[in-house]
Amino acid sequence: MEYQAKDIPVANYSGPSDELVIRPRKGWIAVDWRELLSHRELLLFLIWRDVKVKYKQAILGMAWAVLVPIFSVVIFTFIGKFAGFTDRVQAGIPYPVFVFAGLIPWIFFQNAISGGGMSLVNQQNLLSKIYLPRLFMPASTIGSSLLDMAISFCVLFAMMGFYHFITPNLLGLLMLPVLLVLSFILALGMAFTLSALTVSYRDLRFLIPFLSQILMWLSAAMYPAAIFKNYQKYLAVNPIFGVIDGYRSALLGQPWHVGQLVTATCVSLVLFVFGLFYFRRTERRFADIA
Amino acid sequence: MSRTVITAEGIGKAYRLGVQESRQDMREQIMTFLRTPLKRLRKFNEDWSDGEDTFWALKDVNFEVKEGEVVGIIGRNGAGKSTLLKVLSRITEPTEGEARMKGRVSSLLEVGTGFHPELTGRENIFLNGAILGMKRGEIKKKFDQIVDFSEVAKFLDTPVKRYSSGMYVRLAFAVAAHLEPEIMIVDEVLAVGDAAFQKKCLGKMGDVVKEGRTILFVSHSMDAVASLCGTVMVVNGGRCGPRVATDEGIKQYLGLVGDTSSLPLAEKPRTQHKKRAPIFTGLKMSNNVIPAGGGITFEVEISDLHEPGEMTCGLALYNERNQRVCLFHTLYNNNMTFRGGAKKILTCEIPSLPLTAGQYHVELVLSDGYHELERVDRADKFQIIYGDVLGTGKIPNHRQAAVILPCQWRE
Repeated sequence: MEYQAKDIPVANYSGPSDELVIRPRKGWIAVDWRELLSHRELLLFLIWRDVKVKYKQAILGMAWAVLVPIFSVVIFTFIGKFAGFTDRVQAGIPYPVFVFAGLIPWIFFQNAISGGGMSLVNQQNLLSKIYLPRLFMPASTIGSSLLDMAISFCVLFAMMGFYHFITPNLLGLLMLPVLLVLSFILALGMAFTLSALTVSYRDLRFLIPFLSQILMWLSAAMYPAAIFKNYQKYLAVNPIFGVIDGYRSALLGQPWHVGQLVTATCVSLVLFVFGLFYFRRTERRFADIA
Repeated sequence: MSRTVITAEGIGKAYRLGVQESRQDMREQIMTFLRTPLKRLRKFNEDWSDGEDTFWALKDVNFEVKEGEVVGIIGRNGAGKSTLLKVLSRITEPTEGEARMKGRVSSLLEVGTGFHPELTGRENIFLNGAILGMKRGEIKKKFDQIVDFSEVAKFLDTPVKRYSSGMYVRLAFAVAAHLEPEIMIVDEVLAVGDAAFQKKCLGKMGDVVKEGRTILFVSHSMDAVASLCGTVMVVNGGRCGPRVATDEGIKQYLGLVGDTSSLPLAEKPRTQHKKRAPIFTGLKMSNNVIPAGGGITFEVEISDLHEPGEMTCGLALYNERNQRVCLFHTLYNNNMTFRGGAKKILTCEIPSLPLTAGQYHVELVLSDGYHELERVDRADKFQIIYGDVLGTGKIPNHRQAAVILPCQWRE
């Protein structure tokens, strides 16, 4: 389908009543930013739904957003202690804080991989029974995990206070928003690519949990990247690794690995653009094969 | 002269059979890609729509709809109606052709799309409204109307998973019913809920029609089509017939639906007192679709019958629930009887059949005063559609009553 220059989305109530032209399109399809913008309320509703549904009926409700990361930190701290990883951490940084600083972005990415990747196949009705800007479906899962991330950051700061580990770090504070934007781009890139692929190739439903596991280990989310010694530079191909390392630098005052961060930025941007266009390209078949 | 708001030109939609994308698993694709990467890449853009394994769900569909028209789309299951609506709703892309629509379009192919079972009724109204294309302000403004219409006000803060299916559907339809598009595309969504609610929905649809909106309406309920649509298009085998008057279209459709009753009457199953050649050999009806209150004439052919005695014939009508709703017997007509002999035709003229809409089948019984010589349970069937018998525009439906009789109320 191709919309004419002044196209309006279906059921856009406030827009002008222009003509909508439906016809087959070939090849790569541009992103219809106007449509996305005019439907932004829908994106917010989808995010709101995901957040609501997640904690509905759980007795502890939102408390889980605090408890789960804390449990993980406890477990990985023990593992780290037994495995002797604790010495690999820069002196002065409490190991649990170190783990948590990596865990926060990792949980965000993990949600983009599994939640985002499955977002289309899990909501087939939205593909086959109605038209809406489908990019919103993976995007909303990422939006909804932002809240968890915000809560986790509060817990992290509390934890840093508990350990009397306060590192006034101006560069880190300045870099934090940059890292957040980068994480967002990377997460969207992964979610777009994986969700579009999962509609076409259901095999990915089985691959996604595995992919998530592998990436967790390869991204040094729960332990110091230093244990990889010289291989660390190869791991930097994985953008998640670079971004997580960046978070640790920003939050804990570790030395920055500029090269890694640049690589991660490039890979993330490429993945984002690829994901966006691959999604648009395959989108026209979604309803037929969903 | 109202303007044209929907134009479809040569719309076609092809699906690949067998090698459908989803079926081709990843391994297969990777292997083909590795073997012949360039070919594979080229193939990505290739036009596959002419292959043998291509199934055209829609082919060469052309039509125009003017502002304010209500057009029914009828056809058998799998004829392509829903595909057509999906193309027009932008859910799926056509393989060829072009459609143009002027004005805000909203499509309703399912009630409650996007409803989440864990969310409460209130939350789902907002979510579903947003998915259907309403803005938040608009949903807020209509919230009370939606709740009123749905009749679930008491359960507004209960998760919809605890709703009965009726409540669920009512709420879902209520949201959809309060959309205000210029063009509405509706697929068989009235076939849900209880009779009273269905009626309410039809009423609401009727209001929408009166407001001058353009509607494309798919339904298998000829009753709903007859009462809402001005004209219809019959879709068959992916092709879309021309626009015709509703009655005419329904007749075409019923012709397509066909049935086992296409067997000649003489070959239909029957019960006989004594084994013999079939007695009832033909039944002709003046019409196989009549409006409620319309008249019908049956011509019953009886083969040569060498039996002594005075014969009588009965013709009974059964509704879809297999209730006998009326019996027309020769004896009721001045005690008429007849004698056997050569082949003859009996004519039974019924000036008015004020029955509720639905399908009726005809039963024939021949008796010689002592025995039932022959009975054909399902001699033929015909359809009664909406007809304004009472002159008020309102008649009971087949769930509410079997017959429609006039009444005079006083206060």
